[in-house]
Amino acid sequence: MAPIIVFGPLIASFIAGVFGNYIGHRVAQILTTGAVVLSAILSWIVFFDVTGNGNTYTIELLTWMSVGNFDVSWAIKVDSLSAVMLVVVNSVSALVHIYSWGYMSHDPHRARFFSYLSLFTFAMLSLVTADNFLQLFFGWEGVGLASYLLIGFWYKKKSANDAAIKAFVTNRVGDFGFALGIMALFHVFGSVKFEDVFAQIGDHADTVLAFAGMSFNAIELIAFLLFIGAMGKSAQFFLHVWLPDAMEGPTPVSALIHAATMVTAGVFLVCRAFPIYELAPATSTIVTAIGILTCFFAATVGMMQNDIKRVIAYSTCSQLGYMFFAAGLGLYSAAMFHLFTHAFFKALLFLGAGSVIHGLHDEQDMRKMGGTYQALPGTYLLMIIGTMALTGVGIPMLFGGVGLAGFYSKDMIIEEAFLAGEAGIPLGMVAFWFGVLVALMTSYYSWRVIFMTFHGKYRGEKSVLDKAHDSPPVMMIPLVLLAVGALFAGAMFKEDFVTKGAFSFWQESLPPGPYAEGNYGDTYGAEYRASLGEHHGDDHAADTHADDTHAEEAGYGDAAHGGEGDHGEDHGHHPPVWVLWMPFGATVIGFLTAWYFYITREGLPARMAAQNGPLYRLLYNKWYVDEIYHFIFVRGAKGLGDLFWKIGDVRIIDGLGPNGFAATAMAAARRVARAQSGFLYHYAFVMLIGVLGFMVWALAGGAGGQ
Amino acid sequence: MFAEIPYFLTILTFTPTVGALIIALFRFTMRKDDLPKFDGNARMVAFWTTIVTFGLGVLMMIEFDPSIAGFQMVHEVTWLEQIGLGYRMGVDGISVLFVLLTVFLMPICILASGAIKTRVADYMIAFLLLETLMIGVFTALDLVLFYIFFEGGLIPMFIIIGVWGGQNRIYAAFKFFLYTLFGSVLMLVAMIYMFLQAGTTDITVLLETDFAQTAQIWMWLAFFTSFAVKMPMWPVHTWLPDAHVQAPTAGSVILAGVLLKMGGYGFLRFSLPMFPHASDLFAPLVFALSIIAIIVTSLIAFRQEDIKKLIAYSSVAHMGFVTMGLFTMNEYGVQGAIFQMISHGVISGALFLCVGVIYDRMHTREISFYGGLVHRMPVYAALFALFAMANVGLPGTSGFVGEIMTMVGAWQAGWWIATGAAVGVILSAMYMLTVYRNVVFGEMSNPKLETISDVDMREFALLGILAVATLVLGISSTLITDVTAASVDNLISNYDAAIAATAE
Repeated sequence: MAPIIVFGPLIASFIAGVFGNYIGHRVAQILTTGAVVLSAILSWIVFFDVTGNGNTYTIELLTWMSVGNFDVSWAIKVDSLSAVMLVVVNSVSALVHIYSWGYMSHDPHRARFFSYLSLFTFAMLSLVTADNFLQLFFGWEGVGLASYLLIGFWYKKKSANDAAIKAFVTNRVGDFGFALGIMALFHVFGSVKFEDVFAQIGDHADTVLAFAGMSFNAIELIAFLLFIGAMGKSAQFFLHVWLPDAMEGPTPVSALIHAATMVTAGVFLVCRAFPIYELAPATSTIVTAIGILTCFFAATVGMMQNDIKRVIAYSTCSQLGYMFFAAGLGLYSAAMFHLFTHAFFKALLFLGAGSVIHGLHDEQDMRKMGGTYQALPGTYLLMIIGTMALTGVGIPMLFGGVGLAGFYSKDMIIEEAFLAGEAGIPLGMVAFWFGVLVALMTSYYSWRVIFMTFHGKYRGEKSVLDKAHDSPPVMMIPLVLLAVGALFAGAMFKEDFVTKGAFSFWQESLPPGPYAEGNYGDTYGAEYRASLGEHHGDDHAADTHADDTHAEEAGYGDAAHGGEGDHGEDHGHHPPVWVLWMPFGATVIGFLTAWYFYITREGLPARMAAQNGPLYRLLYNKWYVDEIYHFIFVRGAKGLGDLFWKIGDVRIIDGLGPNGFAATAMAAARRVARAQSGFLYHYAFVMLIGVLGFMVWALAGGAGGQ
Repeated sequence: MFAEIPYFLTILTFTPTVGALIIALFRFTMRKDDLPKFDGNARMVAFWTTIVTFGLGVLMMIEFDPSIAGFQMVHEVTWLEQIGLGYRMGVDGISVLFVLLTVFLMPICILASGAIKTRVADYMIAFLLLETLMIGVFTALDLVLFYIFFEGGLIPMFIIIGVWGGQNRIYAAFKFFLYTLFGSVLMLVAMIYMFLQAGTTDITVLLETDFAQTAQIWMWLAFFTSFAVKMPMWPVHTWLPDAHVQAPTAGSVILAGVLLKMGGYGFLRFSLPMFPHASDLFAPLVFALSIIAIIVTSLIAFRQEDIKKLIAYSSVAHMGFVTMGLFTMNEYGVQGAIFQMISHGVISGALFLCVGVIYDRMHTREISFYGGLVHRMPVYAALFALFAMANVGLPGTSGFVGEIMTMVGAWQAGWWIATGAAVGVILSAMYMLTVYRNVVFGEMSNPKLETISDVDMREFALLGILAVATLVLGISSTLITDVTAASVDNLISNYDAAIAATAE
């Protein structure tokens, strides 16, 4: 079943791409969509089989490289972590394929578009099912390629081409770190297989590597280098510049690649390699710091953008920041939970935005929208659901909390960050406070989108609004399905991802997290570990893992006792009540602020923007990061290139060497014969003389020697 | 079976010469007026000769036993017995794949020479002779024989550039000549010294000979000069861009595909096994030059306005990975370097063919002339994209395997080497995607391009074969590394033993 999931989209992509002109658009669409829908259905079956029955396995397909110990296979690894990713990737991909039937219906190159989409899906699947770092890297660069092709899909547009190159090259900067991480990893562990590396990780806790003239703890260094890769793919601060520009691609692409799947690969990498990060506290702190920075930075910029897709892009960037600081704090299960729910509501928001753009004749500027809710009622409703899920609307403590998807996952990150802070994990409290602050900002910019797009007065050309219409069913049905996910994915899967069920759900692939350990470690956790003991008691990986989580549990237990001690019979280990209400309050304040600016005082923000204050300019211009990079890197590379070429090669090397000699030698040659043939015969002559001379000398020497 | 014929490698090496003689026979007995009528026949003879040679190459691979580290299919005729000079041929795991690469690329070159309209018969003779000389470099097991093949191979190449090249061909060929002459003179001196020391020119014996440490240093430097020019390594690389720009398409394919590999092969056959002490001593120098080559020439490539020059500079950068890998002297680096050479032979050959396709139509290599080709040439755009990505080292293509294996090897030798090389991985994406965008994507703004046609069947077949090779090697790299493993292991263990001995 697993090979069908992975290779179905590849085969479909190949056929649609190569024979697209012969089989026609319709067949290409049916083929690719069919393959991905099939993959999606099978993925859910695998998902329940793996997380429910614990049926994990690895299929080795073919040797990729084998030199000495550097032994790498193409493989399909199915465990809880990859099963979650399979479901996310294939579900969103299938819905995006279907949606694209409508969205791309007027494009003459549809076959190529669907081929790229399926190619992307394959690359992403090979990434998540890798059983070694190198295949992960294959998928990693493969999704980069597909992303490049899709961003630049409208290849006539220069801006699209530039954005595509920017995305690929920026990602390459990340991959530079990733590749070095793999080399360091192999140097230390003698293998790039997850199994082998994680099994002997404890033996190398104190290994030291020299790098950049300094000595580093090997594990810290590896973790850091791998994280550079994650920063690139997941658009974390410093390497985030490509993501907003990537909105040049068709909107379904943004939904699939730049919101739900590819950009989460970095989070997946950190979670997949969690045994490394567990032993790399310093790097984990860096991960947390970058996560916090990105989460805050992207939210500030998102508040000021006017392009509807760019706002959502910055929102994605910001939410990825949440996932990263969670992972940095060791809250892997919470990070994965947010990744899971985020895929649904962010894909919903993007596709909803696509539906708006489609309805308004390719208008993306929110300043030319407003008051469209009557024209686009279905889209309006679905966007509201997406926004509520993103901002985490829900009521804490009512039946243990009731709300939309983001309520469970984002609040879980914020609460666990608080617990981590109490347990003394560096930056835990900082992460908590920033998490709350950014929740406020998220709420503000998300509702701003809704108000600017659907409420108030219409600010565009009247003819556009008159023709505005909701999208056809083929586009609306995927939106509805995603909305179902955005509504219920949090409530349905909370238990499995982060509370009671987390032990048997994640099995060995991830630690269940402090919340689950603190509250259910003695009951469900013990039960799971006991069952593990019966079945594979001698499993080494399971043993080490159990040790890890025990240590963690102890840590959080201490903190809980030292912290409050008032959680009496209410089994264990909740954060205090005010912490639970903080995100709720932040969300409400954000909503009210947006309401004030865009409903009550409509037009005020535009007037404020017109004043063009320094803070506004800083945020509107994205902290000037692009400009700084352009100056340093693009112009730097051009300048250095010219320097090495025109001065180095032409003037110094050629000037001193061939051309200096050339002038003399050519002149000499001209006197003897015509230059054209002269040097050729010279050459042959010298060579012949050389050989003859050698033989004569050798004969004489040989004779003399005897 | 076939390879048990003692003359097998000799037959393989000289089959192209037979083809050349057949063409020459007709060409020189024919009246001058009839010559143009003979062009088509000359093409056919050349093509079938290279096909037969390729068939022999495949037989050689079938007969080759990869589990044996030493030389196989050895053919030896003593010639001047008293000084140990002889005609000796043989292949081992290191050389056999270069022979295969050569005979694989030759039919492609002949088919890619459709644009050659003048003196076709002469052109084919030059190419067939070149093939013999190239195969000879990789099969020769005697110093003098090697020298003749190694240096002689340049003569047909001069002729190809000088006669069928572009406008500035004389300057390019002259530069090529000047560089290589300098290297070869020094190498000849070193070879004479080696013979005086060992009393034989038999390479298999020389491989076992211990040269004095100081002598090793001088000989290493002499050989290095020659091989560094051939690779080419920075800073003796400036002949390559000019030679490529002026060479006809097939000439570029062979130049990048095979001739550059002679330098790498030379390091593997002479410098590393015969002068281990000096190799060890100079390894940091080679690493430094390799890293400079990778970074500097990538940056230069980024600024090129001539598409062939860009690919030429890119070749220099990719050869930097080879020299870096070779001197790590661990199995990852050395096997990776051999892989990289084979892979680069395929990819750069394909890229030069891609340039040839549009050059044949428009007669310019200027990047700014083109733009928006995808509108008229979708198949071409797809194939070019694949090779561009392979050149960038995308995993799944053969370009990646060579780069990652040499870098894995390099990390074992020092983090800074691997890090420097990895910078090149970023830069290659930068220049390759930029040129691809400028040539293939965007609006078709140049009206002269409006009638340009997509690849025809012949071009599609040529590029298709290379595309399959790139992907197959990229997905299953053991096809190559299994062949090289035993010989490389042997090379490394001898090297390590020699280093250990000098350390005592």
